[in-house]
Amino acid sequence: MNPIEITASAIVTCLGQGKAPTLAALRSGVSGLAPCGFETVQLPTYVGEVAGAGDDLLPPGFDKFDCRNNRVAELALQADGFLDRVAAARARYGAARIGIFVGTSTSGILETEIAYRHRQDDGSLPKGFIYDERHSTFSLGAYLQQRLGLEGPSVVLSAACATTAKAFAAAHRMIEAGLCDAALVGGADSLCLTTLYGFNALCLTSRNPCKPFDATRDGISLGEGAGFVLLEKPSSNDPMLLLGMGESSDAYHMSSPHPDGLGAKLAMQRALDSAGLAPSDIAYLNLHGTATPVGDRAEDKAVLSLFGDQIACSSTKGQTGHTLGAAGIVEAILTMLSLREGVMPGTANLGTLDPDLGATYLRAPQARRFTRAMSNSFGFGGNNCSLIFGAG
Amino acid sequence: MRVSIDAIGLCGPGLDGWTNSAAILAGRAAYEATPPRIVAPDLLPSAERRRAVPSVRLALQVGQEALQASKADVATLPTVFTSSGGDGSTMHAILDTLAQPAREMSPTQFHNSVHNAPAGYWSIATGSHAPTTSLAAHDASFGAGLLEAASQMLASNAPVLLVAYDGAYPGPLNRVRPIEGSFGVALLLAPSGGIASLSIERVHGVPNGPALDDAFLERLRTHNPAARSLSLLTAIARGVAAEVQLQETANHMLRIAVAP
Repeated sequence: MNPIEITASAIVTCLGQGKAPTLAALRSGVSGLAPCGFETVQLPTYVGEVAGAGDDLLPPGFDKFDCRNNRVAELALQADGFLDRVAAARARYGAARIGIFVGTSTSGILETEIAYRHRQDDGSLPKGFIYDERHSTFSLGAYLQQRLGLEGPSVVLSAACATTAKAFAAAHRMIEAGLCDAALVGGADSLCLTTLYGFNALCLTSRNPCKPFDATRDGISLGEGAGFVLLEKPSSNDPMLLLGMGESSDAYHMSSPHPDGLGAKLAMQRALDSAGLAPSDIAYLNLHGTATPVGDRAEDKAVLSLFGDQIACSSTKGQTGHTLGAAGIVEAILTMLSLREGVMPGTANLGTLDPDLGATYLRAPQARRFTRAMSNSFGFGGNNCSLIFGAG
Repeated sequence: MRVSIDAIGLCGPGLDGWTNSAAILAGRAAYEATPPRIVAPDLLPSAERRRAVPSVRLALQVGQEALQASKADVATLPTVFTSSGGDGSTMHAILDTLAQPAREMSPTQFHNSVHNAPAGYWSIATGSHAPTTSLAAHDASFGAGLLEAASQMLASNAPVLLVAYDGAYPGPLNRVRPIEGSFGVALLLAPSGGIASLSIERVHGVPNGPALDDAFLERLRTHNPAARSLSLLTAIARGVAAEVQLQETANHMLRIAVAP
């Protein structure tokens, strides 16, 4: 594929708002997970909650979009001078030439969950309840169109936990097809009862802060977050580039990965092929690494069969929690920060490495310069996506 | 953007497969608004067939019809699934459960609630490891999905399967999101040949094309996002050159020159 430049980015997770606190956390390895006290949830689990996401923070005139998901998105937009970068791109290309390719899995379902507890006697939702701009899967896209004044092709992708990695692929194709000159890529996912009780029903949530690759790992910790990047054709002297991307389907099971990581390996192989790179060209791999017993084992097999044990791997989900639909963009931005700043993230909460795993896992962050990295995102339905970034 | 329509799958009220429906849409056969005939796709293994909700069956049924009418190799065929909001019945069941004190959620309902459920079931049903995209654009979901599928086909110069589906939500959601009927359509896009060729242009504006001749079908078209495709399908069925407009975002549309 033709490489494309990431010219701006912004992020918010439980580690903080913006790249400065995020980078500090990558360097220190601190975890943002805390015992779950979210809303009325009574589950023995840990979550990575975004500070301030409950506040009234959307700009005036955007009340109808007011839901936790769009507020988490707004916190990212306000970080890192991103709004100014979008405005400059809009002035340069024109509103209709900048596309929106963002993702979410939760959208604003939290507000509907609460509304269902307050149904009227005839079963109808409370007066003033808004569906289209808050809960509809496209609400994040509509919010961004109006908030940023963008009029290019706009979709909300929703492929569970691979969503916002796949957003890069959709944007790249649309730019290649000449339908836009630049693209807003990313998305948001927010804590809600559906995902907390849903993963609990699948016995996939841990009672402890999640421990990827640990011998005693027992499930995920949910997080929330948002991230956005601007994609443009390369023009900088020292660009951060998306070099490759690979998508695949497991064809195995709706909520369990293929036990040998078949789909995961295919996604990584296709990303290498699209970049024209060999496995040995990649120095660091940000794994999906959710800390489920089955998922980590499957990914380990896939990594070993493609890279052997010669690549440094870690999962940042012990720090951020699993941000589900936002995991793709959050971990893409973490991977780009790692590349730019010369720090390979560690794997928070990893105590005793599972002796059955064979890849090379980083426990603590390492100061190391490197030029190419891969980020993995795998989702329900067996939808997988791997991205390769390069700088320097 | 130029794409060809190699094959079509269709299921909606009184629209049972493309061959029958084309005669109705072309005005050669009478339309009768019978309930959609959604069958359990025989592609699915029995466990998945039991778990698949009606919207997933609908999506797979139209996808299978288009696939069988074409020579495309499903193993390498990328898919694009577009829907305004996925499965409303599953969403309602989860929301209702979460409003009860016990909050005992069904694991199957949870995995069926993801927007890409049809993509997951499709890959299990066909054994295909090909890339897949699941997206939403509210009322513009069909136009946005067509643009995405067309851009994929141009990027690879190989066939792409687009599946659009939307169904009515149960109460109380149907009051806040009044989608009517169940409607699914699959278009197998290919570089050349086939039933019709489309020249697609993205332009500023909102569609102002003529209403469909049949009042019931026109209401379906305007009240079910996937059924927005009926204007395009009608033009293809008539087999004469025509221009069709489809909403793509709030203020942009696809202007499509349809040629037989």
